[in-house]
Amino acid sequence: MTSKNIYEPYMMRIDQVVDEAPGIKTFRLLFEDQAVNDGFSFRAGQFGEYSVFGEGESTFCIASSPTRKGYIECTFRQVGRVTTALAALQEGDQVGFRGPYGNVFPIDEWEGKNLLFIAGGIALPPLRCVIWNALDWRDRFRDISIVYGARTVADLVYKRELKEWTDRGDVRVVTTVDPGGETPDWTGEVGFVPHVIEKLNPPSEDTVALVCGPPIMIKLTLPVLTRLGFQAGEMFTTLENRMKCGLGKCGRCNVGKYYVCKDGPVFSFEQLSQLPAEY
Amino acid sequence: MEVSSSAKLIRKASLGEFFDRIRKGGWRIVGPVRATSPVIRREPGETPVLWKEVQALDQLDLHATQTTLSPKELFFPAVETILKYRFTGQKVEIDPLESDPPQTVLFGMRPCDARSLCTLDAVFGWDYHDHFYESRRAATTIVSFVCTQPDDNCFCTSVGGGPGDTTGSDLLLTSVSESAYLVEVLSSKGEALVAAASELFTPATGADDKLSCLPSIGKEPDAAGISQKLPSLFSQEHIWREQSLRCLGCGTCAYVCPVCTCFDMQDEANLSSGKRLRCWDSCAFGLFTLHASGHNPRKTQAARWRQRVMHKFSYLPERLNVLGCVGCGRCSRACPADVNLKESLKQIVEIQG
Repeated sequence: MTSKNIYEPYMMRIDQVVDEAPGIKTFRLLFEDQAVNDGFSFRAGQFGEYSVFGEGESTFCIASSPTRKGYIECTFRQVGRVTTALAALQEGDQVGFRGPYGNVFPIDEWEGKNLLFIAGGIALPPLRCVIWNALDWRDRFRDISIVYGARTVADLVYKRELKEWTDRGDVRVVTTVDPGGETPDWTGEVGFVPHVIEKLNPPSEDTVALVCGPPIMIKLTLPVLTRLGFQAGEMFTTLENRMKCGLGKCGRCNVGKYYVCKDGPVFSFEQLSQLPAEY
Repeated sequence: MEVSSSAKLIRKASLGEFFDRIRKGGWRIVGPVRATSPVIRREPGETPVLWKEVQALDQLDLHATQTTLSPKELFFPAVETILKYRFTGQKVEIDPLESDPPQTVLFGMRPCDARSLCTLDAVFGWDYHDHFYESRRAATTIVSFVCTQPDDNCFCTSVGGGPGDTTGSDLLLTSVSESAYLVEVLSSKGEALVAAASELFTPATGADDKLSCLPSIGKEPDAAGISQKLPSLFSQEHIWREQSLRCLGCGTCAYVCPVCTCFDMQDEANLSSGKRLRCWDSCAFGLFTLHASGHNPRKTQAARWRQRVMHKFSYLPERLNVLGCVGCGRCSRACPADVNLKESLKQIVEIQG
């Protein structure tokens, strides 16, 4: 950014809107400034501050892969003031973007390993970035597995991509919905994510697990993974603490001495075990 | 406390002339002014003392213990526009913001407040540089006067400061006799002020003993070592619950604190234009950390109070090597529920680890 103002966003244009699930949309965004669009780079795990002018900013991960140049994507659920305003925008409308901020998944260290992605509900977007990144570098990794659960079939996000990943043949995709959330033609699993993992019994040797989901899912999934032999240092998640500045100034995302916006959002469970549980 | 070789003397009778020469030199002067208001009905000595731009030395109250609100608002206003934009048709245009703050002298600061600026520098200057803060800071010269009237809430000596502490000041004046101030020249900014009226100053002699002119402020509690001790107390819920039982969560402590820098960002707009504002915020508020989902990492006032203590006395020292407290005592004076940080620290220091 040429401006000295660290709070000044890039101007972006909404190129594409995808309705993912009830209340959940994905925007594909292009930088208005072609030079910025060509030069922009980030790494898997980073996030940004997305703004609707007149309403404010919201924090979401960059849900697209750094290997796909020329655009970024974000997926959000309509919940508050800013996301409600965002949800009302259409293709061609402008939004602001500040970023990329935060740390990254250490994907370079995972060469030759198995990758196990575990996500629940609206927490697939931060992993989708890594999934596409890994799939674009498919030959660097061994087995890739994705376990994704949502309350109901309708609540699953990236439905088209889940099918695409399943159809490619080099990824194991297991989708599940909570009991009662299935439809008559549902062919996936029915049950909570921890139970599905237990049933799946994935090998822990040479395997990195990435776990993103609501706190209750993480709380119940971790003991299962630990029983399966996963080490805390080989399991990663992203913290979703409330943020404003994203720059280590506003003091909102502190967890102990760490700023989630600077030292996170990516943490291993080994790191989390050293932190106060204020996330 | 050594008096440096660049120390000088100025006659008290010349202080007004010094003040005028600073103004003539092109500096704007802001200092502590006792508020007078037909609305605020209090005893004359009890009205707030606030930072105001002044034209003459006699407008200043240089005797008050300290200003009611800290000087942080002069660098980091309570509400500040950090982005301006216009809507033209379907497009959004970002407008430039005025920059280049005026050269300013803060005349009449206390050493505790001058010290607080070092913490603000660390927060706004690590990693990303906040130019709103840093440009004001660069344009500002700090003329401090040693503390003469500490009260029961003061505890600067507990946290590494003192009534004659030079940290953060560009000039520090000590009344060393009926007729003269000792002037410590502590930076090039301070030298520039002295140069604007150099004939008013004479070299200080070794006989001008600053130390004997300082009030005594008991080092109680002695908070040295508290940063190392606090992490082990994190999970002792009863400490934080008891200390915060009276807390109303009003955020006054953060508002008056010279060091609290946490802020919120909010948009205000109409159909044609808008602005993004940065506003003081407080970790005492339940909304501060509330997620959109309804989940709140700090659900109770006890957890919020713990964050306040931990952030100031453990996280900031560990992270940025600065304390988040200068012992000015404003939070204790202003608290409507009589929560007292000095007393709380005393308790923490006394806990046997």
